Amino acid sequence: MNLDIRMPMGIMFAVFGVVLVGWGLVSANDPIYQRSLGININLIWGAVLMVFGGTMIFFARKAMKKPL
Amino acid sequence: MRIELGVIDYVLLCVYFLFVIGIGVVLRRQMKTGADFFLSGRAIPAWICGLAFISANLGAQEVIGMAASGAKYGIMTSHFYWVGAIPAMVFVGVFMMPFYYGSKARSVPEYLKLRFDEKTRTFNALTFAVMTVFSSGISMYALARLFDLLLGWNFNFSILVSAVIVLVYIYLGGLTSAIYNEVLQFFLIVLGFLPLVIIGMKDVGGWHGLVAKLDVVAANNGFAAGTWTHSWTHTGTAGANPMGVEWFGLAMGLGFVLSFGYWCTDFLVVQRAMAANSMSAARRTPLIAAIPKMLFPALVILPGMIAIGMHAASNGEFLPKSADGSPDYNMVIPTMLGKYFPPGMLGLGLTALMASFMSGMAGNVTAFNTVWTYDIYQSHIKPGQSDAHYLKVGHIVTVVGILLSVACAYAASQFNNIMDMLQLVFGFVNAPLFATFLLGMFWKRTTGHGAFWGLVAGTGAAAIHHGLTLSKETLAGAAHVLNTTLPADLTTISADILHKAAGIKGGWLCAGNAVHIYPVDMAQNFWAAIFAWSMCFVATIVISVITKRTKTDKELAGLVYSLTPRIVDHHEPWYKRPAVLGVVVLVVAVILNAIFW
Repeated sequence: MNLDIRMPMGIMFAVFGVVLVGWGLVSANDPIYQRSLGININLIWGAVLMVFGGTMIFFARKAMKKPL
Repeated sequence: MRIELGVIDYVLLCVYFLFVIGIGVVLRRQMKTGADFFLSGRAIPAWICGLAFISANLGAQEVIGMAASGAKYGIMTSHFYWVGAIPAMVFVGVFMMPFYYGSKARSVPEYLKLRFDEKTRTFNALTFAVMTVFSSGISMYALARLFDLLLGWNFNFSILVSAVIVLVYIYLGGLTSAIYNEVLQFFLIVLGFLPLVIIGMKDVGGWHGLVAKLDVVAANNGFAAGTWTHSWTHTGTAGANPMGVEWFGLAMGLGFVLSFGYWCTDFLVVQRAMAANSMSAARRTPLIAAIPKMLFPALVILPGMIAIGMHAASNGEFLPKSADGSPDYNMVIPTMLGKYFPPGMLGLGLTALMASFMSGMAGNVTAFNTVWTYDIYQSHIKPGQSDAHYLKVGHIVTVVGILLSVACAYAASQFNNIMDMLQLVFGFVNAPLFATFLLGMFWKRTTGHGAFWGLVAGTGAAAIHHGLTLSKETLAGAAHVLNTTLPADLTTISADILHKAAGIKGGWLCAGNAVHIYPVDMAQNFWAAIFAWSMCFVATIVISVITKRTKTDKELAGLVYSLTPRIVDHHEPWYKRPAVLGVVVLVVAVILNAIFW
């Protein structure tokens, strides 16, 4: 059986997303966000990465259930 | 400049390393034969091959170099994409892939063996092998230097870490590992740099703010307003734009010779398409790659434009300065990451950068081990061995390739713009090569002797051109070192300056004076490529005509256009037909050129 790259990739980005969202929540209102013009970019982009990772996992699972 | 990394940033970096190694470990079980290791068993879907195709080219030279060029030359840098990549990518997919994939050659040099003869293959294999090790070494060097400067990591430590990780994942998973990691890197670059560009654009005041600031940059450098934000308008003469090239040198040198030489013949990228699971997938690989490639200027060039705009608007306080007081263009991306990303996103951005360095190395190493094993070892050193034997050799060569790259990394430190250096190497080796393939694939009369001596002549022409010419940029640098200035009339240049300038940047064949002085290095490289290509093209034709054909029409079936049955794909949906995709891609490229004209 071949490894579907979408699975490890999806998990990796989902992990990145979770870590960044968690860190974004913890560090909200911290002066570090002056760099990103007052935007809590960790929180926002962490969420984007979670969605991206989740989508990859979804498609990988879908492909796994339906053998070629 | 220094960037302080937080714990969170190291966490992200380590997560990435874990996944990279993990993918190699899982793939290890799939690596049973030489074909698995070197060719991914020809089982990779088109979209993965496509993303790997473009990522293999998206190494250090791309991300750092293109952002540097974006600051130095503005939006004209997009010519490396819209002119210098897209047409060639369409061409290789639609016209050349049927012969590469269809011939069942395992490498580009092997195609040359099938089409011409052993000596042509060996010439290509050897020059290519040297070039890949060199490129891999440059990636490693750039990574180590940057992380030393930026994070205070020990130079030797960075070399060791990157070399070991790349070694482990290629050793375990072969080409598949490299391809998978390239896909990972593709998304890391896109998802890591997109927020950087968004924040940067917001800070610079949107597109209008950027244009206004870049007009100041243009004025400061003595060019007309809009020079940094128009790609073609100021290419009427070489002196009117910062790149120092006029439209003909640009279109012919970059758009035709260099670009086709690279995208159509460089095994590093072609190998990704050869791993595809069908002829149709192989042909679509470069076309799928062309779509993100067209949009990459927004990710890699725009940061450079934003940075130089902010630099001018802040009285030179944005970018760090190099020794002579000019902005240090190679620091564009690191500066932007440090200024706009808080801890957290910073880790993601650096991971993306790390990934692009490592996959730049990995791509070269996988191409190197294939060419070495099949085209040099199997054909000259030990033919007729078992598949298991060559697989073992492939593993050993992977280790050797990494060690050689490490040696090159320590040796590489001359050029200020990595891109210019790679262009120079491509000028010598790759530019004439496209003439050989063009004639080989589309003119059945081309002979082995013609191809070989044509290549030698073309490479020689590039070297001689390089030896006889210099750029004003190089001369000015040499004059600066000698504490003097260049005379207004460059024909009266002193022997001292000329002597000082001669070397890796050209002029080493000049006795009294350089035969021609180009305004900048890049123009010199473009014209070197044009000369090399023309020389090879003419020499190959002339020698082919006066030598005998050694291959019959039957032997050339599947290798030459006129002797190969046309591929019928009318039954496929339109989005799977290479010709249709190719036209769509070209139309979009023309529109992009028109928008930023």
